[in-house]
Amino acid sequence: MTAGTVAVIDYGMGNLHSVASALKHVGAQRVLVSHDPAQIGEVDRVIFPGVGAIRDCMAEIRRLDCDKLLLDVLESRHIPVLGICVGMQSMLSHSEENDGVDCLNLVEGEVRYFGDDLRDANGNRLKVPHMGWNQVQQTIDHPLWQGIEDQARFYFVHSYYADCADRELVAGRANYGVGFDAAIARDNLFAVQFHPEKSADAGLTLLRNFLHWNGQS
Amino acid sequence: MGLAKRIIPCLDVDAGRVVKGVNFVDIRDAGDPVEISRRYNEQGADEITFLDITASHEGRDTTVHTVEAIAGEVFIPLTVGGGIRKVEDIRVMLNAGADKVSINTAAIHEPEFVKQAAERFGSQCIVVAIDAKQVENDTPRWEIFTHGGRKPTGIDAVEWAARMAEYGAGEILLTSMDRDGTRDGFDLALTRAIADAVSIPVIASGGVGNLDHLAEGVLQGGADAVLAASIFHFGEYTVQQAKEHMAGRGIEMRL
Repeated sequence: MTAGTVAVIDYGMGNLHSVASALKHVGAQRVLVSHDPAQIGEVDRVIFPGVGAIRDCMAEIRRLDCDKLLLDVLESRHIPVLGICVGMQSMLSHSEENDGVDCLNLVEGEVRYFGDDLRDANGNRLKVPHMGWNQVQQTIDHPLWQGIEDQARFYFVHSYYADCADRELVAGRANYGVGFDAAIARDNLFAVQFHPEKSADAGLTLLRNFLHWNGQS
Repeated sequence: MGLAKRIIPCLDVDAGRVVKGVNFVDIRDAGDPVEISRRYNEQGADEITFLDITASHEGRDTTVHTVEAIAGEVFIPLTVGGGIRKVEDIRVMLNAGADKVSINTAAIHEPEFVKQAAERFGSQCIVVAIDAKQVENDTPRWEIFTHGGRKPTGIDAVEWAARMAEYGAGEILLTSMDRDGTRDGFDLALTRAIADAVSIPVIASGGVGNLDHLAEGVLQGGADAVLAASIFHFGEYTVQQAKEHMAGRGIEMRL
């Protein structure tokens, strides 16, 4: 498979300019920002992004039928899919945010709050959101990690984190007061909590790897 | 092992040109914000802050194009501040490729604006900038000033920071107007007071003259990130040198 055409799923939450621009920078031939099933039916791979509060994201995902769209590309068309940030969180079963919100349950697991009294190993208070560059431990070999050093730093900004039920799906871990799942991988799905489009060379390498990924781990 | 402290070079931009001298060795055009951003990115900057000081309306269009150009080739977080007064201003900057906007005076005139902005765009992209000056010496107290530090508002800086965090600010960009431009180092007591008062990250700004000042902002001031302009612009130090120096003082950095 070649770099081809990528769709960035747009369900109206947040700014997708950065993702689209980074994809073009690493060689995507064409980047569509859309939620139109007809358009997305023609692409080779899909990015599922997301920022903001999970309740609003889930409401828009369902209202615009992006849940069906995601299922279609993942399970019928079997094309590579990359979830980013809240896009990843939305794929889990449930989130603690906004007094509890049911998510897409594509990957069994819970999205948890870092807490108001988060502390590091030495007892120092940690700020929430977790914002900035943190290290990601690669827990499996995966084509998307190719050329990226283990423990490379990526840019994070989030107050909730993924906790997968099936530990075999975890592809990367990070630590911020608590250890959490920074990346998950299953078949043609890869999802990350951090922002590869804002993570300088490490992030651009991951996006480039995604463009050349055949969807198999 | 964990979250790194950040170094954020700041560009003051007037109608598409960086002002306050910038003097890189072998740079082709010292005033071009795109080229300077690229340079800082190559040096390992963790983010870039772009402060628009353009007064004219036409100049603002230039700013949008500049932000677009930077965002098209520098893939680290980009904050745009200066003249952010309405929800529409935020939308325009985010669409141009900014990741965060910094709100200053508008928050003082209309605190609810910060709440609206955070609800609409998410706290992660709303930075509230605070320009503070010490007003009492015995038991230090700091007040917010506007108009480049000339106009007092009577608002207590620590209380204001806490209120802005409650209204949904995702970060505080704290500038000491007493130290800005002095090269004497951050106001560490002010930085510590604000960092302890809020649960969101604090960026220290104003007064950096050497690399130890950056380290002190984190170690004594409790800042999560440090912002500087002139020490990088004049080519005295690279961002990489600054990061290595801070790491040498035991601070976790992205090297």
